[in-house]
Amino acid sequence: MRFVLTMALRESRRSRRRLALYLSAVSLGVAALVAINSFSANVTAAVHGQARALLGADLELRSRQPFPDSIEAVLDSVSAARVTSFGSMVLAPRSGLTRLFEVRAVSGGFPYYGTIRTDPPNLWSELQSGRQVLVDPAVLVHIDAAVGDTVLIGDSRFTIAGVVTDAPGDVGLRTAIGPRVFLPAQYLGETNLLRFGSRAQYRAYVQFADGAALQPFLNSHNALFQRHRIRTETAAEEEEDTSQALGRLARYLGLVGLVALLLGGLGVGSAVGVFVREKLDGAALLRCLGASARTVLAIYVIQAVALGVLGAAAGVVLGLAVQMILPAIVGDFVPVKVSVAVHWPTVWAGLAIGAGTAAAFALLPLLRLKDVPPLRALRRETDGRTAGRPDGQILVIGVLLAGLVLVSIWQAPNVGIGFAFAGAVLLTTGVLWTAARLLMAAVRRWFPSRASYVIRQGVANLFRPENQTVPVTLAIGFGVFLVATLYVVQRNLVEQFSLDASPNRPNLVLFDIQVDQRDGVGEILRRRGAAGGGATPIVPARIARVNGEPAESLRNRWAVRREYRNTYRDTLADSEELVAGTWWNSSSGSLLPAPGSLPKISIEEEVAEELGAGVGDRITWNVQGVEIETQIASIRRVSWARFAPNFFVVFEPGVLERAPQTIVTLTRVDDATRRAELQRDIVLAYPNVSALDLTLVQRALDGLLSSVSLAVRFMALFSIGAGLVIMIGALAASRFQRLRESVLLKTMGATGRQVRQIMLTEYLAWGSLAALIGVLLAGVAGWALVTFLFDSTYRVPALELGGVWIAVCALTAIVGLANSREALRGTPLGVMRSLSD
Amino acid sequence: MIVAESLEQTYLSGGRPLTVLRDITLAIAPQEFVAITGPSGSGKTTLLGLLAGLDRPTKGVVRLDGEDLGPLSEDACARLRAEKVGFVFQTFQLLPTLTALENVLVPLELLGRKRDGARELLERVGLGDRTHHYPAQLSGGEQQRVALARAFANGPKILFADEPTGSLDADTGRTIIDLLVEMNRRAGTTLVLVTHDPALAGLAGRVIRLAGGRLV
Repeated sequence: MRFVLTMALRESRRSRRRLALYLSAVSLGVAALVAINSFSANVTAAVHGQARALLGADLELRSRQPFPDSIEAVLDSVSAARVTSFGSMVLAPRSGLTRLFEVRAVSGGFPYYGTIRTDPPNLWSELQSGRQVLVDPAVLVHIDAAVGDTVLIGDSRFTIAGVVTDAPGDVGLRTAIGPRVFLPAQYLGETNLLRFGSRAQYRAYVQFADGAALQPFLNSHNALFQRHRIRTETAAEEEEDTSQALGRLARYLGLVGLVALLLGGLGVGSAVGVFVREKLDGAALLRCLGASARTVLAIYVIQAVALGVLGAAAGVVLGLAVQMILPAIVGDFVPVKVSVAVHWPTVWAGLAIGAGTAAAFALLPLLRLKDVPPLRALRRETDGRTAGRPDGQILVIGVLLAGLVLVSIWQAPNVGIGFAFAGAVLLTTGVLWTAARLLMAAVRRWFPSRASYVIRQGVANLFRPENQTVPVTLAIGFGVFLVATLYVVQRNLVEQFSLDASPNRPNLVLFDIQVDQRDGVGEILRRRGAAGGGATPIVPARIARVNGEPAESLRNRWAVRREYRNTYRDTLADSEELVAGTWWNSSSGSLLPAPGSLPKISIEEEVAEELGAGVGDRITWNVQGVEIETQIASIRRVSWARFAPNFFVVFEPGVLERAPQTIVTLTRVDDATRRAELQRDIVLAYPNVSALDLTLVQRALDGLLSSVSLAVRFMALFSIGAGLVIMIGALAASRFQRLRESVLLKTMGATGRQVRQIMLTEYLAWGSLAALIGVLLAGVAGWALVTFLFDSTYRVPALELGGVWIAVCALTAIVGLANSREALRGTPLGVMRSLSD
Repeated sequence: MIVAESLEQTYLSGGRPLTVLRDITLAIAPQEFVAITGPSGSGKTTLLGLLAGLDRPTKGVVRLDGEDLGPLSEDACARLRAEKVGFVFQTFQLLPTLTALENVLVPLELLGRKRDGARELLERVGLGDRTHHYPAQLSGGEQQRVALARAFANGPKILFADEPTGSLDADTGRTIIDLLVEMNRRAGTTLVLVTHDPALAGLAGRVIRLAGGRLV
């Protein structure tokens, strides 16, 4: 044993630096894992510590309708704070700008836990004292207002008293996309905003002086809450939901980091393979001198394991450092203040997984040392393949695969995803590897034989004996594939909502128009020269019965419980197609339902499935207290991604015309200023009407997607990093070979420039091969995701992908040349001399 | 054709200066066949490197075909070699990624010249049917023959051969030397052969002996 250790130490002397480089590929992967998992643990701890402040109370009650009297009575008995949220236009008369914001009418007392910070300070507790509002900073920006200005909300005027700088449970991203306006609840009625058809969220918050009183309270009122469709949430439940959601996010991000680790393992395997080839002679010699096969193997395995532990340790340190910047990257998604601390279980796990990965991947090529015939020391010709595979190789491969699955499961949010991930990684690796081999074969086949010598030599060098072209291409290609796929999907999703591209699409939505306001709004649109869209009626209703069965007995299906917003039309919309039944036959001349038969409706196919209903079934609707029985005449498939008012249920004409309804109008105004003026005119005339400027929505969506993909891309960068490390390692492995070749070329008369060009060609070929594979596969994967997962039409962002390709080529060329400097300097013999020193 | 004046070469080895060549002065006429011999470690290969412009002497002057190598840049030396010099090495030194024919063509390609005569050269050395084979597929003797063809490819004025038979068995070595001498006579080049084998040295017109870094 002592001999083994001593030999291990001595043997590693010359190659220690090189091996350390290879194992740093593992470091990056470990760093990624440790960073994200450690951060996640810290976030969970923070959420746990600030749980009650997240909710602001011990119990929250939520309803989409105003609380009925029975509930009010219960709430009065425990003195609850109220918050009513709804969307409304807010107009700043000074700038003339108006925009849709979330308005929260708050009664005194809220929040019971946590503080809401304002600027100027301490204003929250005084909110109730006057005709004033507090706003999120983004509000001021959007309507160009300042603290002290007046704003119009509905029929009332308020002064902006200050800005909310921090509220517990705020997620930065959310307040940027949906900024809020807080006004005192006592003025809500005055604004006249909550009318028929308005969508508002009614919340009541309760604090229990004695925590133990919470559960009995819930138990005794549970039936009442259920009957009135009131949802409840306790602080404990909020904490659990938040932790789970964040935990899941972190785990997904961690999976991306896991890819980096696996690539690192690949790099280790390929590099150790080269290392082994050099050591075969030494191993044969040891066997000649009397060492057993096991001893020989042990000497090298110890080196691999030791360096693996070192590499993993370096990764842990790096990961803990990276943890410091994670809040900046994912901070917008996290609703609590996170303090960065070392989470030891993650550290130990990272160390173990990193070292284990390195050792496992190294073991595979090292096995060959075990079977080296001692005869090899005498005659070199006995090298090459030893008969058959070294036994134990199957076992090691099995261990590797099992390890991959186990680590995937450990990192993933659940076992199923873990398996899926492991499978996906294997599949992708296989496809990339095949693609790399195919591309290389293609290059060989269609060799650029007409190109100049330096280019031909550079490309030919890809195929030099013992080349690592495939592993490097695989590793870099994987990283590129990840980043490029994300990019492709993101671009396609954003383009879906790119409305300005098409000149005939609407870019402004007006809703909550009351029936008696329809003509007035139309008049304003005409005056402003807005291309008018039609007026689409919206009739809110609930399902009372399905085929005679009362809704209560079908309670668990969301399709039964939800509030429907239905419409009536005589034609199919562009975004719809019939998949079953027939549309109401307007060829009969009359648009009214035939006397004696039930009114017909058309249902969207997924809702039909949820309800378990088909053509011919009957649904009884409760439309504001009036029951209407209808029959399903057809089922539609709706293309939800298309921007148009889409409905789950459409009635035939002649049934709902006199039902209480609101109107939605889509219109288009090209010029942004005129669009703002139009909105101002409408809000001034009809304060309850809301307008949604779709260009702003698109911008917000773009911002949201960017934030999300930034987080994922950050993790994916670790993969590219691992790929580059592998490339440097591969360069280092063939260093001697390259130097000899460049010396030979110089001896035969090549100038420094020619030698440099040959190298540049080789590196560019490397890089472009890797990038090409990554980008091509990303195009395919992006197509699959966009078409099947997001149900959209796909467009290849060819220009951007081309940019990625160029960037990777440049990167590999730079890294390659930087690592080959010595071959380009000095006299040929001088270089050879410095090598042997 | 080749003139050396008071050459001296000193290296740093393990931190200490090591003088490998001392006060070497010689002249080689055009079309001469010269052998440089001496025991192992006497500085033969170093001298060859200096005469071919592969290294710079610590002291002294080397003139190749009338040109003083001292003031020339690395690239200029390389150009000179490309146009006027051919090499045969002990370890063959073929580029593994190129076929036999492509290896022979390298000197021409570096000069940007037309690729004439390579095939004939390979036929001359008896490998006309192996042009598309890679070095890994050729035996030692065959590789050296390819190297020979390559050495003559650019029509050099001077040929430097460093222990060309050192890695070959006696029979193959003899074949190689015969080929070398024959092609040399035909092309009319100046041949400088470095060897420790007295029998090989005996084939030359003149023998230059080295011992301990000096001429003897």
